[in-house]
Amino acid sequence: MGLWETIRGERRQKKANLDSLFFVPSAAITLETAAGIKATGAGSVCFRAADGAAFADAQNEIVELIKANPEAPQVELSRDDYGFSWLLARRDPSDLGGLCTDLHAVNTTLEEQGFGQGLLCSLVGFRDPSGKAIGLVYLYKQGTFYPFVPAADGGQTRDNLTEMMVRGLLGEELPIEPELSRWMALWGAPGLA
Amino acid sequence: MAHSRFIRDAGLTARMTTVMFMLGALFVALIVTLMYVAGSSGYSSFVPFIGLAGIAVAFYQWWASDKVAMRAMRAREVSPQEAPELHAMVERLCALADMPKPRVGVADLDMPNAFATGRSPQRSVVCVTTGILRTLNAEELEAVLAHELSHVAHRDVLVMTIASSAGIVAGMLTRGSQYGTYGLTRSRSNNNNSAVPAYLIALAVSLVVYAVSFVLTRMLSRYRELCADRAAAYLTLKPANLASALQKISGEVAAIPQRDLRASNAMNQFFLVPAISGLNWKTISSTHPSLEQRLEQLARIQAELGRPE
Repeated sequence: MGLWETIRGERRQKKANLDSLFFVPSAAITLETAAGIKATGAGSVCFRAADGAAFADAQNEIVELIKANPEAPQVELSRDDYGFSWLLARRDPSDLGGLCTDLHAVNTTLEEQGFGQGLLCSLVGFRDPSGKAIGLVYLYKQGTFYPFVPAADGGQTRDNLTEMMVRGLLGEELPIEPELSRWMALWGAPGLA
Repeated sequence: MAHSRFIRDAGLTARMTTVMFMLGALFVALIVTLMYVAGSSGYSSFVPFIGLAGIAVAFYQWWASDKVAMRAMRAREVSPQEAPELHAMVERLCALADMPKPRVGVADLDMPNAFATGRSPQRSVVCVTTGILRTLNAEELEAVLAHELSHVAHRDVLVMTIASSAGIVAGMLTRGSQYGTYGLTRSRSNNNNSAVPAYLIALAVSLVVYAVSFVLTRMLSRYRELCADRAAAYLTLKPANLASALQKISGEVAAIPQRDLRASNAMNQFFLVPAISGLNWKTISSTHPSLEQRLEQLARIQAELGRPE
């Protein structure tokens, strides 16, 4: 943050960087060939729902937009305990490109309506050969990815070893978030499992 | 067209910039006057020394702000394992705001309050009391955390320390001038031309500077609070949560016995809601804006967010 913003007590709103989402399909191929980790075809967008009519309109518009697509994927809207909204889109597991387009559409619509700073992250669901859920999370404000893998015991612990392995596999394909403290835990995120 | 719903409050910015400019001018005026006075007496070696000491005090306050504040509030840092919800909330807010995650502390106090301090966003701590954890629901707590994180992002500890340094120097000079009376006989014998003793001029100037700086820093502090409220409302996109949190907290603060409140007097500047309220000259001496002003601003933001395109 610059001196001028500090003096005025303001913060520059960082624009969400959406383009890296389209790197996901090729990263998925790497994951499948190297470790047998397959996409589940589920992906979700996490955003901050604002109060008021304007946001409700934007949210409806998104759902309409995705439903208007002739291939008609399913979208589900849900809210988590922290007051964030999740929009879950499903596609055929082989159509990861279509899924990323859907996620991108959700993001651009929110941005066009002026709620771009409310975007938190997107998540693309994967599964390893043993059936363990793996989430590839995209952070807009940083424009980076990180893996989120809940441990198999069902409690709130993370399988850091698998996370590190995914990071190793994708290090050359995707911009991976270098700051480990930004690897947020997203327990029970829609699209994960 | 992509656009932002983030509006700028030009009036607030203008008022804040004016106050900051006046504080800077005051500091310069103080130093120049003292140098001038000192130049006409044997007092001259004394002034830079006290000025430097004052700046050193201000610097220490800023440099060690996280440790000092945590110790003053008897707060302890909590790990993500100890307070998973609190950490998850801070993590998400930091991801939204694109800022490094501060350390998280909890103070075992019944008074519902929260503060943030630290010399830079990389080295800061956000602290809540157990009272606030009991009083607020999750959404309100998040709004309060967003308010404190805005203080971190705006570097308010640094801004307020710089702003109050003129006052600190003036305060020290006021005391220094009193000691100056002892060394007076000697300096008089060296130079007896000035009609009024130099130490009296220094005392008068320092007192005036101290008084003006007191009023100005309080004004600045109120503006910074309004800025943090605004930033928190835009970060969470839910001004109503911050509004209800403020109402809950201020209601409880007023109801709490006086003894507890005075104990945390030292920390008032960084608290969300001030625990003491000077009833008669609240308008000049308060570090925080009135609840009504804060709610008014939040209502404006609420309207702005809800405005359909």
